[in-house]
Amino acid sequence: MQATTAKTTTQEIEITLNGTSLRTSCLTLAQLIEDQDLSGVRVATAINEEFVPATTRADRRLAAGDRIEIVSARQGG
Amino acid sequence: MNQIDKAPSATAAADDLVFYGEAVSSRMLLGTALYPSPQIMSDAVKASGCGIVTVSLRRESARGKVGERFLELITALGVHVLPNTAGCRTAKEAIATAQMARELFDTPWIKLEVIANDDTLQPDLFGLVEAAEALNKDGFKVFPYTTEDLGAAERLVASGCDVLMPWGAPIGSGRGLANPYALKTMRNYFPGIPLVVDAGIGAPSHAARAMEMGYDAVLLNTAVARAADPIAMAIAFAAAIDAGRLAYRSGLMIERDMAAPSTPVAGTPFFDLGAPPKS
Repeated sequence: MQATTAKTTTQEIEITLNGTSLRTSCLTLAQLIEDQDLSGVRVATAINEEFVPATTRADRRLAAGDRIEIVSARQGG
Repeated sequence: MNQIDKAPSATAAADDLVFYGEAVSSRMLLGTALYPSPQIMSDAVKASGCGIVTVSLRRESARGKVGERFLELITALGVHVLPNTAGCRTAKEAIATAQMARELFDTPWIKLEVIANDDTLQPDLFGLVEAAEALNKDGFKVFPYTTEDLGAAERLVASGCDVLMPWGAPIGSGRGLANPYALKTMRNYFPGIPLVVDAGIGAPSHAARAMEMGYDAVLLNTAVARAADPIAMAIAFAAAIDAGRLAYRSGLMIERDMAAPSTPVAGTPFFDLGAPPKS
């Protein structure tokens, strides 16, 4: 995990992203999405089993231990 | 299909199916999973003439390409999208998934699944009712995947569900209508609620039977997707669903225990000779 933008600090926290643990210096959910190369991609998000609307991702700060889901459209029955 | 279109009386009156105020063109709802390729899925949906397809949400990786590609394919089909909450084990998971689906697919429609058991994928009726109550309050149009349990169904309707989707048999089993007696009871108990048999349909005859019982529509996936020729099977299901619906509207004959000759008895040659002697 690289600190890719000036927005991040050197302080890393451990989170779980889509079931896999990850150390990140991203401060917000919006930064994490950018860091994962998912900017401009239609995804939906949840933190700790609570929906986080796209409009609030920039304000949603990440905390150590957060369980984050980033999902997109798939086939379904 | 053409013969069905031309059939006289039962098709003369309007036969609209309406889900939450929206008229839908077909009584077939088709899943988009398990096809040999995206192109075959797309062709099968078109061939079926269905107006509603089910979709899901899954964890994204690979820089979002998988999701974007699928979304483009579905959008191009120009059909209603019914996202599901497949795989959710609790009301909380299902609610969050429904909210994510509403944002991503831009629809308040949600096929609500809360799963109780791995072997049967049976709906968790307690979690289902809890999630339906929350989602209905939040403005969703809930299509609950449920069982034939009338108590749970009443709770779902009371919470605001205007559609019920009882299972035919466990998801993916292809066993058809496992409990036709209970499905018939449910149909009779909710004459005014659109009822969709969802899951377990394996053959067009299963779908036709559900429609003959007065079910409003059928939702299926595996039986088409896993057919040797999914496109032809989609057409076969569409024909069976149309035939079953027309049969229901035409008034099926009552079953009898004894034979009854269809050819007139009066005037039968040699009738006066009676039955031959038993040797």
